[in-house]
Amino acid sequence: MSVTVSADAVPRLGRGVRMRYDKARDRYVLLLPETVVVLNATGAAILELCDGARTVDGIVAALRERYGEVPPEQVHAYLAKLVERRHVEMTHEH
Amino acid sequence: MSTEIPEGPLGLLAELTYRCPLACAYCSNPIEIAAYRDELSTADWQRVVSEAAELGALQCHLSGGEPLLRRDLAQIVATARDQGLYTNLVTSALGFTEARAAELHDAGLDHVQVSLQADEPTLSDRIAGTPSFDRKLEAARRVRELGWPLTLNVVLHRQNIDRVDRVLAAAEDLGADRIELANTQYYGWAWRNRAALLPSREQLAAAEVTVRAAKERLRGRMEIIYVVPDYYATYPKPCMGGWGARQLVVVPTGDAMPCLAAHELPLPRANVREASLEWIWRDSPMFTAFRGTDWMPDPCASCSRREVDLGGCRCQAFALTGDATRTDPVCHLSPDHHLVEAAVEEANEASTRTDLPLVARPHA
Repeated sequence: MSVTVSADAVPRLGRGVRMRYDKARDRYVLLLPETVVVLNATGAAILELCDGARTVDGIVAALRERYGEVPPEQVHAYLAKLVERRHVEMTHEH
Repeated sequence: MSTEIPEGPLGLLAELTYRCPLACAYCSNPIEIAAYRDELSTADWQRVVSEAAELGALQCHLSGGEPLLRRDLAQIVATARDQGLYTNLVTSALGFTEARAAELHDAGLDHVQVSLQADEPTLSDRIAGTPSFDRKLEAARRVRELGWPLTLNVVLHRQNIDRVDRVLAAAEDLGADRIELANTQYYGWAWRNRAALLPSREQLAAAEVTVRAAKERLRGRMEIIYVVPDYYATYPKPCMGGWGARQLVVVPTGDAMPCLAAHELPLPRANVREASLEWIWRDSPMFTAFRGTDWMPDPCASCSRREVDLGGCRCQAFALTGDATRTDPVCHLSPDHHLVEAAVEEANEASTRTDLPLVARPHA
């Protein structure tokens, strides 16, 4: 089963998932039950924008503003992977 | 080869008390439970949690025994949350009343794991040694009502593994986010009860088919973590991700260990009442004894998997051979592997029943 992400879906962190900066190791991490997921800079930038208010399209736009060219399919694929692992959940479009 | 000090523990397992309303015969708590009554104070635990966070820990698992028997649990949770730790309660759910749940929710508890002994009351209560099944279901529902993610912990063994399909169905009914199906590891009380707990090859094969199908069917809805029974494995597990590499355990009396089964190893004790967690983690003989790969004897020392298995489990090597420095006898390359084979053969004799008497652990 693969997940497809629609442009107007609104992502937020999954239930029981927290994101924080790990000072000791100088990196962002996702904290989940029994698991720590180390984020790279791109992942952290995307997940910071998953605030339960912005749409996927809105996130792509915000990333463009900050970093210039951002391929939307890369953002979609990243979020799809996290939805499948339940690190991120999609709420319904506005 | 390496013995470099890891950057810091990822997780603190705080075994707050060994007192427990349940009497499960597979309990990993030490046999001498009565020797652990002099528990750390609230202030001690708050200091331990803060020092662990300072060392780099990101998660705090609150376990026991039954952690809810500590009236100060919410205070310890609040301190852990203040330090940014992800807080995880591992509970039998007895004592998880509405008031207690609300108090923990307010303190910022992140996640709750509820143990189940089986999918139905008769067997579950028999294994738990006390009527508890209905209260567990009630508590599991309360976890969900308060918006926490729910994990169910089920220890699998000879007496319940044939019901794994029904256990999974019960977890689905409860709306669990995760279920851990962990085959018994033979430490503490489980070691004493091994003959009554070790499943047969046939039982395991059937369970694994069921679990594989359920994983496929429930993908994206419920996460299933299946912990393989290492007596039947070819290679040992990399216990705790390596000795003193990722996890830090503190037991009720303040002894700190790299593994929750390390009580009986012949190493000098390291206690948080007498030393800082930083010294214990970096320099104490308890944590440095088997760190890295330099301590390894053959066949591990010359094995291409030495960085994968990390020598297996020290506590299991000690339990089986009386020598914590030997290769984990679970490994098919271990010179002591016949010890594991003998236990497995016994579990597969045609006459062996699935309801052998269990020795219950005491409540305190």
